[in-house]
Amino acid sequence: MIDLQGYGWLLLKGAQLTILVGLASMVIAVLLGLLGSWGKLSANRIARMLAGTYTTVIRGIPELVLILLVYYGVPTLIQDLSAAAGREILVDLNPFTAGVGTIGFIYGAFATEVFRGAYLAVPKGQIEAARAMGMSTSMTFLRITLPQMWRFALPGLGNVWMVLIKATALISVIQLPELMRNADIASRATRMPFTFYFMASLLYLVITIASMMLQQKAETWAGRGVRKD
Amino acid sequence: MALGIIWDSLPRLLNGMLVTIQVTGISVVIGLCLAVPLALMRVSRNPFCRIPVYGFIFYFRGTPLLVQIFLIYYGSGQFQDALSQLGLWTFFREAYFCAVLSLTLNTAAYTAEILRGAIQAVPWGEVEAARACGMSGLLLQRRIILPKAFRLAWPAYTNEVVFLLQASSLVSIITLMDITGVARVIAARTFAFYELFITAALIYLVLVYGLIWVFRKIEYRISGHLRGAPDSSPGNVL
Repeated sequence: MIDLQGYGWLLLKGAQLTILVGLASMVIAVLLGLLGSWGKLSANRIARMLAGTYTTVIRGIPELVLILLVYYGVPTLIQDLSAAAGREILVDLNPFTAGVGTIGFIYGAFATEVFRGAYLAVPKGQIEAARAMGMSTSMTFLRITLPQMWRFALPGLGNVWMVLIKATALISVIQLPELMRNADIASRATRMPFTFYFMASLLYLVITIASMMLQQKAETWAGRGVRKD
Repeated sequence: MALGIIWDSLPRLLNGMLVTIQVTGISVVIGLCLAVPLALMRVSRNPFCRIPVYGFIFYFRGTPLLVQIFLIYYGSGQFQDALSQLGLWTFFREAYFCAVLSLTLNTAAYTAEILRGAIQAVPWGEVEAARACGMSGLLLQRRIILPKAFRLAWPAYTNEVVFLLQASSLVSIITLMDITGVARVIAARTFAFYELFITAALIYLVLVYGLIWVFRKIEYRISGHLRGAPDSSPGNVL
């Protein structure tokens, strides 16, 4: 067995935070994705334009640049703006908020496309039938469209999650003590960089494999109402 | 807003752009050259070919690129003696080499997986027809399967190259002076954080959508046989 010189627990704690960061970002991404797909499919031109700009711009900028922009740029931007307005506001983003916010914001753009496709995959006739039964737009959405959207969206959302959890490694750049950052600390202290980065990569693999298994389960669950031949 | 700082740092950012394009370009080309044999091995029936390649692809797709870069750049230091004896340390000492190596391996794994899907999607009838014409082995791969697979894989491959272009921003973490690296250094010195990162983001946007435009053009060129023939009925001339 490889001797981790007592730093094993540090890696596990990091992995714990990685999962937490991943889940928190995923919640934001799903909410933004629902909002974004609503905007993209909306009859309102401004909403369509906003959602379109959101997905186009976000998908063209590297995650790292956005993380740096949010963590270092936003506080200075707010300070500059408030100074111009004659007031002084000091903003200090902590790495967790900045990281989770940025990762969630980025993958919200990807989730938007997933939900848009899922919404379009729900048969039109069912929505018409729901309307004919006298359901309001929001009730139709909650009772008919949304439950079925999950089924169509799950494979896509699973992919988003897989990419997202790997992207959380970038938050180590702004010193959040997640898995990557802790592997960094341990490898510096022990001078065994290969050992610790390799262990970290194995932990990421474990997370990936576990996610794949959960995704399978979730897809079976979401498709439980569908007849299989 | 310090527009002067942006203007003054533009030449260096454009230099960084060249580094970004270079690192991405080299990795894409070598990665593609590696991906073709890998994909063929991945679909091979021989388990000694298939299983190691499956492991390679699974590892590189299942772990973050940042870990891979650190594993190669910092991790190689743990084997400095062995690498020196092999005469490889001069390469692994260089951040540029390590960056290109990790990006190449990463994109090779993703591209091999894309190609695998495409190879398996080549219609059976075409392969059978080629066999009936007497083609087999490499000739069959070269003439029928790979050209068809490339066309099928092209849209997904476009995405992969775009992702790699963006992922190349990570090389700034191991001191390379690409767009992100230049922006970080100047921002740290001038405290003009958002100005520089927004400029960097805009350069990436231009690069990404320029790249997508070029790849769409190529896609159009290579799918001519899938479009309907141009309408040349006589009544349509006027």
